[in-house]
Amino acid sequence: MKVSTDTIWQWLAEVPDPEIPVLSLTDLGVIRDVRWEEGTLVVTVTPTYSGCPATAVINLDIETKLRSCGVENLRLEQKLSPPWTTDWLSPEGRAKLRNYGIAPPVESVGEMSVSGRLSRLSGKQDLVVPCPRCGSSDTEKVSQFGSTPCKAAYRCRECLEPFDYFKCH
Amino acid sequence: MATAVDNIVSDKLFEWLLRRGDSALILGHRVSEWCGHSPVLEEDIALANVALDLIGQARLWLTYAGEIEGKGRGENELAFLRDAWDFHNFLLVEQPNGDFGKTLMRQFLYDAYQVLLLEALENSSDQRVAEIAAKAGKEAAYHLDRSADLVIRLGDGTSESHRRMQTALETLWIYTGELFSGDEVDEVVSDAGIAPMPETLQSSWRQIVDEVLTRATLEVPDTTFSHTGGVTGRHSEHLGHLLAEMQFLQRAYPGATW
Repeated sequence: MKVSTDTIWQWLAEVPDPEIPVLSLTDLGVIRDVRWEEGTLVVTVTPTYSGCPATAVINLDIETKLRSCGVENLRLEQKLSPPWTTDWLSPEGRAKLRNYGIAPPVESVGEMSVSGRLSRLSGKQDLVVPCPRCGSSDTEKVSQFGSTPCKAAYRCRECLEPFDYFKCH
Repeated sequence: MATAVDNIVSDKLFEWLLRRGDSALILGHRVSEWCGHSPVLEEDIALANVALDLIGQARLWLTYAGEIEGKGRGENELAFLRDAWDFHNFLLVEQPNGDFGKTLMRQFLYDAYQVLLLEALENSSDQRVAEIAAKAGKEAAYHLDRSADLVIRLGDGTSESHRRMQTALETLWIYTGELFSGDEVDEVVSDAGIAPMPETLQSSWRQIVDEVLTRATLEVPDTTFSHTGGVTGRHSEHLGHLLAEMQFLQRAYPGATW
């Protein structure tokens, strides 16, 4: 069976991220390429973080989905470069995150350079992450890491709810 | 002739990659020892996430090291089937965790080095090294944000937290010189355009460290002495104990898989 790569992309858009199931793998931006090499479908996947435990599950879920759709010859490839960035989160993905109660990334990746970070160490103010529940900008960082490597823990001082921030990477 | 030169470079590159992979692996394991024991839940989660990043980076380096060696060893064989004298990590990363402050101080001193090294490696002549560095560099930068922030807060905190951070700095400082002591492995790898000589990173590192420690009201120890040997396989007694736990399963049940 050899269906169009457009159809494969649509199928992959139905595979939820194992840790943030409101996002699909295509929303997350980890699927980098889909192509046929003669009779074999090659799907290229990039990890979010080097040690993210979801990576193995993501690969398994991709394989399970495509096989259930009738793809028989399948190969997954890992691609490190260019490294995954939250800039690849789709606009729909950002909206879905917010509705789910997770604040989407607000910084631009440019600010994440080493020199940008060092200037922040020397006193530049922390960024403002609006609360995904009440929209208030009066929020504070509780911890630089949240329930997964890609998130930080925040708290809203207005509605007092804790929330996850999908940090810029 | 070209082949002989290539062989020399690949021998040294193998060892150089082990230094990267082993340092990430051993520090990752050390930090993971905190899992379930941290002072507060958020820090427990943060430490586990830092450990995960480091172990993920170790996998990338060790997998490549195995390919360069060309003897069929993969990340698992390299991580679990070598003894202490075949490990090439820095002495700094194998030092015991101590209290939470000492763990964070060790992390900060290493993160500042990692950020600078990985940034330089993004321009490596070896494409694979450049790719791993670009991936790991983003994680290291985030780790540095966190460890620097906590070093400042604990150093410039209560008199008790200040005392502990100053003690940690004095205990760990003598292991930082090794980060910047190049040897013939570094020379060969540097001549091939793969990596900078470690010495070239020292002044930038010192700048970051001085800035953070000053804000943390901590004083850099007045000593130039430094322990070395980790990267060539001469370790402190702590590494063997760490490996006994980390490699237990493969030693007790050789070849076990699941």
